[in-house]
Amino acid sequence: MGDSAPLLSVRDLTVTFPTRRGPVRAVDSLAFDVLPGRTLGIVGESGSGKSVTSLAVMGLHTGAEVTGSVTLAGHELIGLSDRELNGLRGRRMAMIFQDPLSSLHPYYTVGEQVAEHHRVHFGSRRAAARERAVEALAEVGIPEPRRRAGEYPHQFSGGMRQRVMIAMALVCEPDLLIADEPTTALDVTVQAQILELIARLQQQRGLSVVMITHDLGVVARVAHDVLVMYGGRAAEQAPVDALFASAAHPYTRGLLDSLPRLDDPDDAPLRAIPGSPPSLLEPAPGCAFAPRCPRAAAGSAEERTRCATERPPLGGPEGHPAACHFPAYEGVAP
Amino acid sequence: MTTTAPPLLRVRDLSMTFPGRRRGSAPIRAVDGVGFDVAAGETLGLVGESGCGKSTTGRTIVRLLEPTAGSVSFEGRDISHLSQRALKPLRRDLQMVFQDPHSSLNPRQTVARIISDPLLVQGGSAADARKRAVELMELVGLIPEHVDRYPHEFSGGQAQRIGIARALATGPRLVVADEPVSALDVSVQAQIVNLMERLQRELGLAYLFIAHDLSVVKRVCDRVAVMYLGRIVEIGAKERVYAAPAHPYTRALLSAVPLPDPAAERSRERIALLGDPPSPAAPPPGCTFHPRCPKAREICRTDAPTLRTLVPGEGREVACHFPEPA
Repeated sequence: MGDSAPLLSVRDLTVTFPTRRGPVRAVDSLAFDVLPGRTLGIVGESGSGKSVTSLAVMGLHTGAEVTGSVTLAGHELIGLSDRELNGLRGRRMAMIFQDPLSSLHPYYTVGEQVAEHHRVHFGSRRAAARERAVEALAEVGIPEPRRRAGEYPHQFSGGMRQRVMIAMALVCEPDLLIADEPTTALDVTVQAQILELIARLQQQRGLSVVMITHDLGVVARVAHDVLVMYGGRAAEQAPVDALFASAAHPYTRGLLDSLPRLDDPDDAPLRAIPGSPPSLLEPAPGCAFAPRCPRAAAGSAEERTRCATERPPLGGPEGHPAACHFPAYEGVAP
Repeated sequence: MTTTAPPLLRVRDLSMTFPGRRRGSAPIRAVDGVGFDVAAGETLGLVGESGCGKSTTGRTIVRLLEPTAGSVSFEGRDISHLSQRALKPLRRDLQMVFQDPHSSLNPRQTVARIISDPLLVQGGSAADARKRAVELMELVGLIPEHVDRYPHEFSGGQAQRIGIARALATGPRLVVADEPVSALDVSVQAQIVNLMERLQRELGLAYLFIAHDLSVVKRVCDRVAVMYLGRIVEIGAKERVYAAPAHPYTRALLSAVPLPDPAAERSRERIALLGDPPSPAAPPPGCTFHPRCPKAREICRTDAPTLRTLVPGEGREVACHFPEPA
């Protein structure tokens, strides 16, 4: 990791939702940093807590108990009032989502919506904000931005809508962009365009990005650092090359091994992970992955008991920790 | 392939045109002159982006839709315009697996009922059907004792196994699988892919495997057809199409797929496509891919290319005026 101070620092983040069947801990004791100008990829499956984490960072959870610490450029965000957060949201950090249509207002033109953002955060005049919106639409690659600023969201394709969302996020020149599955609903050729755009904007503006995805290919393409989540907790954290070259956690290893790959000539059966992702309603007392874990299954009775009853802390080498009792680091027998 | 006997499935000039949503709006040519064969025991992958017509093609083949033109022949018999009644015996041989396992299972029915439903429709006795349901549960890797449970008691991957068991109940020869793994968690997809491959080996099934995920399709299919805006732009043996794509769209599509390998991703050459796929209600003239094609020339704007054999004997066809050399 670099020497610079992290832009975003998350420590001991825990998010609990009250439900009729008791409290559900969707995110548990999570910690990570995002460095200036870098991209952190957060990978996980449904129920892993990856989206809950991003909403907690943005302070967008209502009705959930959020504890721990989230600091942006040294300022603590947890415990801030909505009013105080509103000053930061948009201005210092912005978020884009999987489905841009549900984040855009159908009755207002795209230009008005982007301009509105600018006016709210900078107190700019209508004409100036409008001009800035057209510039932003041009910057994200919308052809004929001046004309298209006068159109409504339904007149845009999925990829173009996501560009509008990015323009809206960037018009206030934030330091941090959180992108929650921004390309999952898009076709693969359009996904490539959007990922390219985010990377270009990052380079031009020194933006920090949190890319939340279930797709390890997307992570490999855009991330500098990776956080793998499972059952609401961090399973493994590493710089992107280290993670793909020597995954230490059996879940990460299992995911990589189970993927059908375009660049793989081998047509042997896929090494599937048995079972399904865990239910947060009935968390396992030990390691959340233990019921599906080949390493736990291959262990002695004593080792199996340990995996089933004792929650593994995040440990291991600096810069590449894994939450596993028997992590497999390069050159170290598991 | 020797062609003495007709192939299991033969599709010729298949078209499906939907009326425009509003009165006076242009009709939508979802499928426009598609043709291919599927041999017994073979898997044909049908890939393309949203709106390319791949799902409509699948639904037309199993006759959830009646095609507006063209033919679908099953073992030499044209089924494209048979009445539902005349189709009934054929449904034994021709089944479908859907994308969203939970929404394709009736929440008020037990798994036993869901799986045995196709048998009951075909006139089987209730006792036999239940016995068969238990066998099928075992075959697809579910616990047979769970046969009286309801769909919501199963995870997404298990629910897809139920959907597969239902499709297999009548002992079909061809299963049309429409995005069978794309709604599943990544860690569960491989289970279903392996299951479908095992069932194919054990039961001699043929699959028409419809998916947008090119990695999954490469894994499961023998041959692959790439669709763009209602037409097949390239079709051939998987090894050839993936290793040496001849159509510029196939090339762009393959180069856009993110690989789970950071070093490869950094060094990779990507072919950027401009813009989005156009609407099937207003397809561009000439080659429908020309507005996005990096190689488009004058002829591409006016003349629609037809599928042509690239290398004689290789069985690959490409619809492009300027295909990549094989």
